[in-house]
Amino acid sequence: MAKRDRLSGNEAVAIALRQINPDVFPAFPITPSTEIPQYFASFVANGQVDTEFIPVESEHSSMSAAIGASAAGARSLTATSSCGLAYMWEELYIAASNRLPLALALVNRALSGPININCDHSDSMGARDAGWIQMYAENNQEAYDNMVQAYRISEHKDVRLPIMICQDGFITSHAVENIELLEDQDVKDFVGEYHPETYLLNPDCPAAVGPYSITDYYMEAKRNQAEGMKHVSQVVLDVAKEFEGISGRAYGLFEEYCMEDAEMAVVMIGSAAGTTKDAIDRLREKGIKAGLIKIRLYRPFPASEIAEALKTVKAVAIMDRAEGYTNHGGPLGADVMSALYRAHADALAVNYIYGLGGRDIRVEDMEGVFEALKQIIEEGDAGETYRYLGLRE
Amino acid sequence: MSNLTEIRWHGRGGQGAKTAALLLADVAFQTGKYVQGFPEYGPERMGAPITAYNRISDTVIRAHSNIYDPEYVVVVDESLLEAVDVTGGLKKEGAILVNTSRSKEEIIPHLKGYEGKVYTIDAHKVSMATMGRYFPNTPLLAAIVKVAGLMDQETFLREMRASFSHKFASKPEVIDGNMAALEMAFKEVQ
Repeated sequence: MAKRDRLSGNEAVAIALRQINPDVFPAFPITPSTEIPQYFASFVANGQVDTEFIPVESEHSSMSAAIGASAAGARSLTATSSCGLAYMWEELYIAASNRLPLALALVNRALSGPININCDHSDSMGARDAGWIQMYAENNQEAYDNMVQAYRISEHKDVRLPIMICQDGFITSHAVENIELLEDQDVKDFVGEYHPETYLLNPDCPAAVGPYSITDYYMEAKRNQAEGMKHVSQVVLDVAKEFEGISGRAYGLFEEYCMEDAEMAVVMIGSAAGTTKDAIDRLREKGIKAGLIKIRLYRPFPASEIAEALKTVKAVAIMDRAEGYTNHGGPLGADVMSALYRAHADALAVNYIYGLGGRDIRVEDMEGVFEALKQIIEEGDAGETYRYLGLRE
Repeated sequence: MSNLTEIRWHGRGGQGAKTAALLLADVAFQTGKYVQGFPEYGPERMGAPITAYNRISDTVIRAHSNIYDPEYVVVVDESLLEAVDVTGGLKKEGAILVNTSRSKEEIIPHLKGYEGKVYTIDAHKVSMATMGRYFPNTPLLAAIVKVAGLMDQETFLREMRASFSHKFASKPEVIDGNMAALEMAFKEVQ
């Protein structure tokens, strides 16, 4: 029986972790992710989990300890935000290149500077090429559900890659909203025990983790990581199907909202997708055929699937909550536009930068984006494709 | 969306405006509603103005923006009447609730011509009389529930006792004081 509750996104993720009962959780606090290890530490103190909880002195160390534990054969994770992720930079690549299926509960926050504690995606977007799987959530429910599914994806024998479960700082991490929790035993049965194929604490099969790789092998090692990535999409779909069986909630690589007959669409990531759905409902009442694609899996990027979903759309706005400083847009914009190009799609596409440092996005703002798409369709010209939303001029 | 009620709280860091918004979300959830309770942080320090928000609805809430056109505003600290545009966007069919020892007539001139209903409560008086310390958020929570007609008093008090019993499990001696503050606030709000 599912349990109806009301929780913040941080508390929801902490509860998912209690239900999973991982082996090792090293942590260092940083706003707005601090509550995740904080709640989890109380579960440890109360004997509700038997996790080895390691308070460390920095994020460099929390990720290093999670990597060490994972290499030893444990199910490990840590949590962080913003500059904490930046301080893990070096280790992110170590985790991925060693094919270690550990998890990171990331609560998205703007990178400094100027120093800012609020949400944007600059932290995880900067880490998009590190070789991690990245999944994003619209609300507390999705953050919880993604966390429950995380290890099934990352530990899958065809994948064996680290996974980043992202949610929007403050907007979902600190907002109390309704949620449905699964029974503890259902989560435990779903996630299962972790039995790594090779691990350092196995005397029967000695192995080296992280040795020097000379030029003769480095490229093959990187290609090997890409091979793991190739299998992620199918595993994500398989795990989602099984998850629907225990939860009744369906997930894919991305969510399509009102896309069946959409003439114009927005592609975006995270909590603003809910706000966009309200905007779409208002526009649909006026007969405007607006739709939304909300990215769940961002790395690897489901390019051909997204291009297929956009094939009948006349104009699309791709929304980036991070700058790319390319002079022509952000990272999601680049990914979607390249997907459209390779699919020979003829939608007119523009790329908006929005919501940096927590800049609020209202239903009216998103109605304005669709209004701009309507004009683009009428004129048959995308005009300036690199735009800012909600900027004070 | 006609069943949606939006509430904005103005307080200063450390006064419990965020906690009040979360408690209101809590008690509304207990009566079967869809809820949101969330803070908006400026500088993280005691005394800085902070805003907190509630959405309460019979249907799923998807919007994740701040609230600009609320039905109700709660002012936890009356010094904010001058410092912050507390009535900004406030619907005239709604109401503003101000924590003050002054009369309604003295407060109205500070509300920039707001045309809706004005309510006051002396949360300091209620808090000191019932809890012996100044926790403005408990009386204000009861007052806004009454002003906004979110639920009847009996349901509210029953759900709050259950909530306090959980929240204060390790210090049950404070439960009665908090409950007395809620009951007194119901009578005191004007």
